[in-house]
Amino acid sequence: MHRIPVGTNILEVNEQIAEENRQLFRARGVFVVNVMSAPGAGKTSVLEETIKRIRSRYRLGVIEGDLMTTLDKDRIDALGVPAYQITTGTVCHLDANMVHNALHGFGIDGLDLLFIENVGNLVCPAEFDLGEDLKVMVFSTVEGAEKPKKYPVMFHEAEAVLLNKIDLIPYSGVSLDELQNNVLDVSPEAEIFPMSCRTGEGIDDWVNWLMRRMEKATLRVSYSRMAGALSE
Amino acid sequence: MHELAITQGILEIAEREAAKHNSVCITRIKLRIGEFTGVVREALEFSFEVIKHGTLAENAELEIEVVKLCKRCPSCDEVFESKDQFDFFCPRCNAPAEIISGREMQIEYIDLD
Repeated sequence: MHRIPVGTNILEVNEQIAEENRQLFRARGVFVVNVMSAPGAGKTSVLEETIKRIRSRYRLGVIEGDLMTTLDKDRIDALGVPAYQITTGTVCHLDANMVHNALHGFGIDGLDLLFIENVGNLVCPAEFDLGEDLKVMVFSTVEGAEKPKKYPVMFHEAEAVLLNKIDLIPYSGVSLDELQNNVLDVSPEAEIFPMSCRTGEGIDDWVNWLMRRMEKATLRVSYSRMAGALSE
Repeated sequence: MHELAITQGILEIAEREAAKHNSVCITRIKLRIGEFTGVVREALEFSFEVIKHGTLAENAELEIEVVKLCKRCPSCDEVFESKDQFDFFCPRCNAPAEIISGREMQIEYIDLD
């Protein structure tokens, strides 16, 4: 018997492909947002409301991930934004390779912003880097104030947490303060946006933050390109 | 059930290492899994038992070390473990802390025959 030290990250292959995706997105100048949540929290509704507010300003695209159906892609198509549906069959998350393969069938040339809507699941998608610039999580207030503590990883990984369906708070009895505090406990740096896709409340704050975040990243990329060109 | 995808990753890496060392029999795979990952230990063990058949790890045992979630405060350099839940604030100065361990998903070593 002999012992071989390995020291390799188990998700190494995913991370390599995610890095290739990231390079590809950077080279095309596309800012990529990975949108995660449990099923039914309102990811597609958030995308619809976001798209309506920014489509005159940016060229947009959406990759949808679901186990089955093209229902979500159809909703994005209806807004006149190009969309591609990945159906995973039984797999509970998107991985970097699925996104890589989608790019063979879905052109991203000329896009400014690509949303990737992950499979609805509060656990698994948080572990798989897709090559995105920004991870965003949608959480519907009716899911309960204690969930950030029970499922902390996704909350911690997300840079922004969108607390959707605040219009239902009077019926669900969930305390928004308690929920926000629980999010901050597991993710102290998270940007939190209470909102309702039904009434439109709070959506503009999130959209303004997203545009600032995107422009900051774009500036950084052009700056590093400029610095690279100068040093050559 | 992403444990199945993770187990496939484990087997691919272990078989690659075994082949590199001209072995066809892996007897043990030692993992380090952080407690702040979405990985369920029992699901990982179950997936491994299901898919190891017909691989070089057919007779291998899976050993899992759970790595504690540990954080460091960027303001005062205090290093601390979570006492309850997953509190991310420094117990000394209450500043938001950074994770320094607990997110691992790593194969530490394999034993070959």
